[in-house]
Amino acid sequence: MKTKSSFYSCFNRKGGYMKLIVTVVGKDQVGIIAKVSANLAELKVNILDISQTILNDKFTMMMSVDLDESFSTITDLKKKLNILETDMHLAIQVYNEEIFNYMHKI
Amino acid sequence: MNRFEVLETIGMINNEKLDIRTITMGISLFDCADENPVRACEKIYNKIVSKAKDLVRVGEDIENTYGIPIVNKRVSVTPISLVAAASKTDNYTIFAEALDRAAKETGINFIGGFTSLVQKGFLNADRILFNSIAQALSTTERVCASVNVASTQAGINMDAVREMGQIIVETAQLTKDRNAIGCAKLVVFANAVNDNPFMAGAFLGVGEAETVINVGVSGPGVVKAALEEYKGADFETIAEVIKKTAFKITRVGQLVAKEAARRLNTNFGIVDLSLAPTPSIGDSVAHILEEMGVEKCGAPGTTAALMMLNDAVKKGGVMASSSVGGLSGAFIPVSEDLGMIEAVEAGALTLEKLEAMTAVCSVGLDMIAIPGDTTAETISGIMADEMAIGVVNNKTTATRLIPVPGKGVGDFVEFGGLLGRAPIMSVNKFSCNTFISRGGRIPAPLHSLKN
Repeated sequence: MKTKSSFYSCFNRKGGYMKLIVTVVGKDQVGIIAKVSANLAELKVNILDISQTILNDKFTMMMSVDLDESFSTITDLKKKLNILETDMHLAIQVYNEEIFNYMHKI
Repeated sequence: MNRFEVLETIGMINNEKLDIRTITMGISLFDCADENPVRACEKIYNKIVSKAKDLVRVGEDIENTYGIPIVNKRVSVTPISLVAAASKTDNYTIFAEALDRAAKETGINFIGGFTSLVQKGFLNADRILFNSIAQALSTTERVCASVNVASTQAGINMDAVREMGQIIVETAQLTKDRNAIGCAKLVVFANAVNDNPFMAGAFLGVGEAETVINVGVSGPGVVKAALEEYKGADFETIAEVIKKTAFKITRVGQLVAKEAARRLNTNFGIVDLSLAPTPSIGDSVAHILEEMGVEKCGAPGTTAALMMLNDAVKKGGVMASSSVGGLSGAFIPVSEDLGMIEAVEAGALTLEKLEAMTAVCSVGLDMIAIPGDTTAETISGIMADEMAIGVVNNKTTATRLIPVPGKGVGDFVEFGGLLGRAPIMSVNKFSCNTFISRGGRIPAPLHSLKN
């Protein structure tokens, strides 16, 4: 069950589900995308877009995802990815897309 | 979504200490006035607790959702001198204690509004509040007091200035076992604003809504990092860089302010466009000025650099928010800014230079520790000078001076947390006793007559 506070944190201001941005940065290795995607799939988190590159010798991936089909909250997602983060020595972060829109789009 | 924009934002949050400095909920206490002071305090406590009970939780929730740290959650209230005026009592300390209890119950770290507005004259209630400030600040932990002693419209109430000098000395004495921390929670203003979200000077002024959310942004580290890429560039170029950076910082403030107001079912008030430093590394306004090219903050050129910074921050920020207010400008609190502390220690930054700097940025002589043997009259004199700058320039200025008992120039004082640590600064030794003892009011300047 979603509690009241987590209920808010998965909706956007218009009442629709919000998009999240997941960033993954770390040493390039086999299976990063596979494992991140598998974790997202387990929580029924839908991937909308992936962009990936090697930036300053580091694997850098940005995923746009939504929680439409998921019963999870942003907190659940963060917790799950936290475990993977430790296992694979990566830096994984989850942000509401709105903060980027607000900052960079006029 | 552009990858570089995403990485830029994340870099600002993770490496450059971009944060929301404070979400401050303003709560009107006018309906809590009561002839019986105990009953009034009960109403005050109940109202604050009922209105702000979700403030901390909502703040943390927004922090979690957007990934942006929100450092402080605070409350500002109607000036207590106005609320307590109806109560039959000769000491308002119990009101401060009620505010303190409410702050602890709601989990906020500071509550502002133990305030008097005496720029033109004293109410009976203001007299009582003045007499209660020192005791109130020594018996409470989270209450902040402020007094507006001057305005461009009214001039400078020099009686209030004289009394505040004495009250600051008294407050320092009563809290001497804690490095005179009471004085760190006491601000003396000229042209105080009604919607300031920043402590210790926050209160909810007359003319504001029943409850309101005001947000103060931060981000000196972001501005410094942006400037690092423009070494040797001319002033037009760096002014543009600061404007663009300030726009981005303020947009985050706007987002958080709107979201907090929505979730708390209250009004969105203002975003305060401020560069507020903290004592931690990479969060210093002084280091921005040094990045611009002065060797140490306080060197010749510092005032011009600060003027440009302050102006560019406003120009960039004003378009980013639907409602800008509060103090809006760069803060230069000495104890809360690592670069300022270093500059004082190196002998580059003096009280007189800081005074000049306050003429071109927001607020004033902020968090400055001075020798414990500084007389009340000298403190009043420093205060009067600072008020004069505010009154004649039509801007807010303030002093938060801390005469630390038992300490002298060369000593260090530790306040802890966001209040930081400060070297004791040297004060001019010549007397202003005769000047301060005159009393009365310095008339409003000619340009107060605008109608």
